[in-house]
Amino acid sequence: MPQISQIGEIYASQLFWLAIVFALIYVGIGKAMVPKIEATIEDRNGRIAGDIAAAEAARAAALASERDYQTGLESARAKATVALGEAKARAVAGTEAKLKTSDAALAAQLDAATGRIGAAKVQALAEIETNTVDAVEQIVAKLSGVAVDRVTIETQVKAELAHG
Amino acid sequence: MSAGKIDPMEQFKVEPVLGRHLDLFGYDVSFTNSALFMIVVFVLLAVFMAGGLKRQLVPGRWQVAAEDAVSFIDNMVTVNIGSGGKKFAPYIFSLFFFILFANLIGVLPLAILPGLHTFAVTSHITVTAVLAFLSFGIVLVVGFATHGLKFFSLFVPHGAPAWLMPVIIPVEFVSFMVRPFSLGLRLFVAMTAGHILLEVFGSFVVQGLNAGGALGPVVSVLSFVMIVGVSALELLVCAIQAYVFALLTSLYLHDAVHLH
Repeated sequence: MPQISQIGEIYASQLFWLAIVFALIYVGIGKAMVPKIEATIEDRNGRIAGDIAAAEAARAAALASERDYQTGLESARAKATVALGEAKARAVAGTEAKLKTSDAALAAQLDAATGRIGAAKVQALAEIETNTVDAVEQIVAKLSGVAVDRVTIETQVKAELAHG
Repeated sequence: MSAGKIDPMEQFKVEPVLGRHLDLFGYDVSFTNSALFMIVVFVLLAVFMAGGLKRQLVPGRWQVAAEDAVSFIDNMVTVNIGSGGKKFAPYIFSLFFFILFANLIGVLPLAILPGLHTFAVTSHITVTAVLAFLSFGIVLVVGFATHGLKFFSLFVPHGAPAWLMPVIIPVEFVSFMVRPFSLGLRLFVAMTAGHILLEVFGSFVVQGLNAGGALGPVVSVLSFVMIVGVSALELLVCAIQAYVFALLTSLYLHDAVHLH
């Protein structure tokens, strides 16, 4: 086994070159390159974490503004509902008042008309009575030649008219 | 090396590249094939990680791979060392990826091209032991620097009755002192065993073809199928051994930082 049988002649060379090469690796790579690569990884991780945090903040802001928008929308809708109710109530009240005044006017007209009709009817009835009395007086005079007292005729006609 | 006799140990032989020897203060520090593959590991790892330095906000595939490698180690360190573990991340990272790349380069089947033999740096106890004792040394330094002499309370488990202490403390001490050996040996043995297995089955393929007769090719084919399976297993072992080494080092560092 050369590893053991050769130890006497090679140990110095092995140690010497291993020391040089390992020192080169430790200083040149382990101490010089590795920290730089570590820094790169950390920078990237930091950047990713920062980006994620920024994105989350942006999302929170978006949610907040969305909530504000919704709240504004709801309050506006409530206000609109209230205004609409008030306008409706006002319109109903106005319409009712107008209806009331026009009803009253119509009722007055109706009363006047009814009065006029009643008067005309009374007058017409009176005229019918007078004409009937005249006719009865003339008929009686022509048929019998007797001049009957007008008051008697009037009483008779009235009684007949009342009987219908 | 004749076709009939293939030495499965030859792949572990360390020899100076181009046969040149190099002396420093009387020590032989030749640039060997082992050293060459350490450099290869470093270069490949550097190229891989350089792809992670583009620092784009939306990363490409390569950058994701490099970032995942770093995150994997960061995660391991945070979970196993806990608070105060972040400063060990570069060390655990270097450890894990040096071992992982060395293991993987070692099992690359590039020897199919003549003259190109990959060498598994981590199949050498002279390498794994150094890494293991380095980890152990860091644990000791961090432990004593953080807790002073209180670090010895690591050997006293919570809630154990006092009369058990004469037994428990030596056991804990031995298990603590064994750590670097088990750490280094585990990796060295796992990689060595896997490479020997591959080499042995590889020699069966060659020997079966050379043996002639009816049975020879059957042995060759079966051995080849076996190599495919063992290679897949080795890929798993490469990753697991690197992971275990880094994980255990993290756990030992947790002891050093937090005392239990």
